Amino acid sequence: MAMVPSIEAPPDQTQRRNRSLFGLLAPGVLWLLVFFVLPLLIVVVYSFATNGPTGKVIWSFNLDSYRLLLTKDLYYNAYIRSFVMGIQTTLICALIGYPLALHMVLAPPARRTVLLFLILIPFWTNFLVRTYAWMLLLSNNGIINSVLVAVGIGKQMLFPSEGAVLVGLVYGSLPFMVLPLYASLSRFDFTLMEAGSDLGATVVQRFLRIMLPLTAPGLVAGSVLVFIPTVGQFVVSDLLGGAKVDMLGNLLQRLFTRSNPPNWPLGSALALVFMALLTFVVVLYFRSTTEEDR
Amino acid sequence: MIDTTRPLQPPTKQPLWGRRLLNMHAWSTYVFLYAPIVLLVVFSFTKDTFGVRWTGFTLDWYIKLFNDQRMMTATFNTLWVATVSTFFSTILGTLLALGMERYRFRGRDGLDALLYMPIVIPEIVMALALLAFFSFSFGIIQALTGVTLRMNIWTVIVSHVAFCISFVTVVVRASLKGFDVRLEEAAADLGADTRTIFWRITLPLILPGVIGGALLAFTLSLDDFVISFFTVGPGTNLLPIEVYGRVKRAITPSINAISTIMLVVSMLLVFLSQFMQRRADER
Repeated sequence: MAMVPSIEAPPDQTQRRNRSLFGLLAPGVLWLLVFFVLPLLIVVVYSFATNGPTGKVIWSFNLDSYRLLLTKDLYYNAYIRSFVMGIQTTLICALIGYPLALHMVLAPPARRTVLLFLILIPFWTNFLVRTYAWMLLLSNNGIINSVLVAVGIGKQMLFPSEGAVLVGLVYGSLPFMVLPLYASLSRFDFTLMEAGSDLGATVVQRFLRIMLPLTAPGLVAGSVLVFIPTVGQFVVSDLLGGAKVDMLGNLLQRLFTRSNPPNWPLGSALALVFMALLTFVVVLYFRSTTEEDR
Repeated sequence: MIDTTRPLQPPTKQPLWGRRLLNMHAWSTYVFLYAPIVLLVVFSFTKDTFGVRWTGFTLDWYIKLFNDQRMMTATFNTLWVATVSTFFSTILGTLLALGMERYRFRGRDGLDALLYMPIVIPEIVMALALLAFFSFSFGIIQALTGVTLRMNIWTVIVSHVAFCISFVTVVVRASLKGFDVRLEEAAADLGADTRTIFWRITLPLILPGVIGGALLAFTLSLDDFVISFFTVGPGTNLLPIEVYGRVKRAITPSINAISTIMLVVSMLLVFLSQFMQRRADER
């Protein structure tokens, strides 16, 4: 006798489905709730608490930390510097990355994979190691200074400096820009450029009016991928900038782990305002770039 | 008049100077990308005690490294953290991936967003949140039970699992996209129970994806500095933290040597994980 499958699942089957779904999701979701969501909520709580004289947190709630943020130049400057460095890094990455992605797309297909790998390999190495490599290059007795001495310019103090930090940041995040641009450009129909030239458009016009708007999604994605980690980092500015280049990450690191006494409520407020600003900037950026498309 | 006899131009047709410029730009960028790494490796073999110029070949710095007790302990600890956190995050991440890809349920979009959060959030914010969390909850535990807990290697492991889960889930979900559900249905028709189906059909088929995810988690954990730095507490030594501390003091050839080893290890791991993912894609 053939079994006829019923159209509606019997109730015990639905129950079994729910039970196995729960079994699959519950452990991971629980882990993320306890060790990711809850910690973020605790940061919110800390940001309203009071910092005791020895750095011990006192549980009386007020807006002191937020008030301090708004009144002290130190914090204001750190925000400005972080966002400016983030924008500079993103711009430089775009200027280097766009032609590079174009070069990759125009290469014969067999070579494209190799070129893609060439971009990815340095990116896979440890961030600390990559930053350290630049310290070697830029150091007082390093290769670049030897070259400068040899050509008669003489020894320069290349690091710690803001320029060194910028080089380190661009070096660390360039692949984040190149990969989405590559994806966008490889879907771009190059015959459109010819159509443009047949209609009498110059190279610049064709680039600005055809290629750039059509590859904008890649540029937007790349910018966000470069911008977010750059604004929040502290290793590169710490190692290549010394104490000279204070970004938000450096302040946060000191407020939480080093400064005497530490100030967790202030650090929490600093981090939350940072997250809010970051979200605001990214959303604004998405808005303005998608409106251009219309 | 339109010239219809002209053949379609290949996309590579461009003014010659434009191509030359693009080539030059590309090759100088590759030099920019590779020069620091290559020099780092070269200078790990130099006799120069400052490790910034070439004065002859030596393996001394590597030998010194293996006799460096602090560095060896730190390496062992880091490998232990990476192994344990990979084990847990792979299991949790794979289960999540199966749930997300196989079922439609209420709150699925919300869960999707939650899963992407640890990937997009600035690392330092997650790190300081975990530090605040451990300190806060240890304080409560002490007040309630009188037991004093301290941050050590386990707080690092717990934190690494928290950020690796999302990455494992992304990789395993990708490998589930092309999965043929009829294979499982066939097994069920032939009388296999749920457990048998999972171990004999589902797992073998998604295994390359799972291994790819595990290797990614291992690499991320091995390379992580920021989250380890905030969650480790005093007394435990981890490799990236030890290297960071030494780098801050001075550039030495020993750091070149350990950096070279770290570089080679993470490259090998990523090649392995790419290879696994490619195999998963082929299925």
